[in-house]
This record gives sequence, structure tokens and C-alpha cells, in this order.
Amino acid sequence: MIALDFVMEQGEFVLEVSQQLTGRITALFGPSGAGKTTTLDAIAGLRTPSRGSIAIDDHVLFSSATRIDVPVHKRHVGYVAQDVSLFPHLSVRRNVLYGRREGQRMSLPTVAAMLEIEPLLDRGVSQLSGGERQRVALARALMSSAAVLLLDEPLAAVDLELRRRILPYLERVRDELRVPIVYVTHAREEVHALADFVVMLERGRVVQSGEPADVLR
Amino acid sequence: MFTVATAAGATVVMIVPGLALAWLLARGRFRGHLLLETLVSLPLVMPPVATGLILLILCSPRGPVGRILATAGIEVVFTWKAVLLAMAVMGLPLFVRTVKAGIEQVDRRYEAAAATLGAAPLRVFLTITLPLSLPSVVAGTMLGFARAIGEFGATIVIAGSIPGATRTLAVAIYTFTETGRDADAAVMVGVSAMIAFGSLWLSNRLTSQSSARS
Repeated sequence: MIALDFVMEQGEFVLEVSQQLTGRITALFGPSGAGKTTTLDAIAGLRTPSRGSIAIDDHVLFSSATRIDVPVHKRHVGYVAQDVSLFPHLSVRRNVLYGRREGQRMSLPTVAAMLEIEPLLDRGVSQLSGGERQRVALARALMSSAAVLLLDEPLAAVDLELRRRILPYLERVRDELRVPIVYVTHAREEVHALADFVVMLERGRVVQSGEPADVLR
Repeated sequence: MFTVATAAGATVVMIVPGLALAWLLARGRFRGHLLLETLVSLPLVMPPVATGLILLILCSPRGPVGRILATAGIEVVFTWKAVLLAMAVMGLPLFVRTVKAGIEQVDRRYEAAAATLGAAPLRVFLTITLPLSLPSVVAGTMLGFARAIGEFGATIVIAGSIPGATRTLAVAIYTFTETGRDADAAVMVGVSAMIAFGSLWLSNRLTSQSSARS
């Protein structure tokens, strides 16, 4: 479970989230500028809240009261950013293995088979298509044995056809791994297809949360 | 040969502190950032003779640094070590400024992605930032080397012009001209021009490659 209770002030924009994310896949849903990506950044440690706390299970990542701010590299989150950010100077294989940790739960062949990226492993990242880049980024995050996966609009930049092809991979990750996923999207169909819990954000505030069928009626 | 060897040594000496300073200035947000940046660049704009004088005061046997070195049996002033020191101090600002510009061009999203994958800051630097800014590091090395080869003002103050011991190419040109050995001076000028041209050409080529890539 991910417990969020923080305020982030960035100029005139104020993000205030007090919410427990209990789903296997929690969708952060809302229009652009609602604070969805900023929430992911706060969990990953890429942005620091003004005050409050962030915890995964009983592991406190941030607490202004007790002055805890776990550095990004010690948070054990797998973050697939919207722009994917594959390292351009490394091959696909070295990208995927970059975050490999001691005693990791998944091997490269397992992840590569699940996301069907075996034929891509020895390519350079510039040779990948949009959908292949998304799958490689997902594989890289999975290989880091993350305690939570943060996916920032992983299907936003791909066309409908590609979206249909990638969605099953995400469903497979959801069904085969026991890693909580926080999934940012502004597409209702993705929430219905993947999420079992949804948090609706608007202008930096949580306006509704619950099961997708109840929230997105 | 002495000049090339000492300049190469000075270049090697400036790489590690230069990389650290470049990274700190490109990525660090701390009090005194502007002060540090100004101090690093100071030898670029100060008269080289003045920089040499400061080094002489610091490193002479009664100076604050020289006294410590003397207890370890290390003598700097008017030795090859003084030449190397002068070259390194004068070449460092060019190296740092070039590498800093290269690091600033590296997209920070790659560094953030590496950190979320569990890479500590040093690993992020060594595996992401450094390889992606490598052309600027090589360009900075070439520039620093070229500057070291041509170094004169600081060298003559702290190392003098002792034949076979501290006389560099630039100092030799000066000495030959002063003593009427114009032909010898002309040869030295040719050699120094060739080395400088080669270094700058390579540096500019790498810098333009780096810009094209980004």
C-alpha cells in the first residue's frame, strides 16, 4: 500500500494529495495540469514536497515531520517516464540490465520473453519504434526489482493500433507480478482495462477515488 | 619533448579535479557557486605572471604550501614540478569550462532515470553523464593540453628558464629571441604552432560533433 499525505507548492500551483493507494494498479486520472506526473515525481523522489509524508507499506520515503527524505536511488521504485528516457549510448540489453540488483526476482530471459523484446536486445535504442521503446523501458523498470512501478502515461505517445498491442503486455505485468503499479493516464478506456482503483485529480486536488466502475460512471 | 611530456602530465593531473569541478558547477546548487566559478576561471583573465607570482609565494620553501611539501622532502620551485603546476593551473579553467558546457547539454532526464533504477550519484556520473559528455571531455583535454604547451608567464616566474630542467617551448622562444638566435626561435615557433593547431583542430572537431549529436 502506498500512503500519500503531502502538499507540494510550485509557484501558484499547489498539489495536495491525501490518499492511500490500495489497488494492484492504481490509475491517477485527470486532465493535463492536474498534478498526476508531479505525484509520481514525489513518490520517486524527483521532486520534494513542501510538507507531509510518503510511505510504501511501512517504509517511509519522505516525512517533513521527521526530516526523512530517502534519496531517489534508494527508493526502489521503477519509473517509466512519459518520454521513456532510454539511455542513447547503451544497447537495449545494457539498458534493460542497468538497474539489475542483487537477488532480483526476475531474470533477463523471463522479462524479455514476457515483453517479447528478445530480438531487440542487441539493437541500439535509436533503432527502436515507439512501441518497442515503451516495452524496453518497462522491461528496464521490471529488472530493477522495484517495490512499486510508476508508469507515466506509457501509452500517450503511441497510436491506437500500437496502444492495442502494448496493453496486453501491461495486463501481463499486472497479472504475473505482484508489484503495485501507479499508472498515470487521462484515457478512460485504459483505466477500465487495467486499473482496480482510480484516483481522480483536478487542479492539484483529489476530487474522487474508488473503483473505476464507481468513479468513472 | 620536455614541454610535450610536462604538458601531458599537467593535463593528466587536471582531469580528475577538473571533472569534479565541472560536474559541481554544472549540476550543483549550493552557496558560493558563483564564487567557485569565478575562482576557477580567474587564471584565464589574470595576467599569467601574476598567477605565477601567487604560485611562487604559495610554493616557495617559506610559503604555506611549500613549507608542508618541504617537510615531505618535495621541492617545487625552479624544478619540472613547478612547470607542471603552472601548466595545470593555467589549463584547468579551459578544461573545466569546456566540460561544464558538455555536462549541461546532457539531458537530465537520463540522470533521473538512472537514479530511479538505483544508481548512486557517482555511478550516474560515470555511466551516464560522463559517456554522454565524452566529446566535451576530450575537447577540454585537448584545449587544456594546448594551453599548457603555450604556457609562458606563470612558468617563467615559478620555474625560470633552466636549460634541460625547466625550459619549455614558449620559454625557449623567448630566450632565443632575447639572445639573437632567431633561426632557433623560428623553429620553435613552427613546432609550437603545429602542436597548437593540431590540438585546437581536434578540440573543435569534437565540440562540433558533440553539438550535432545533442
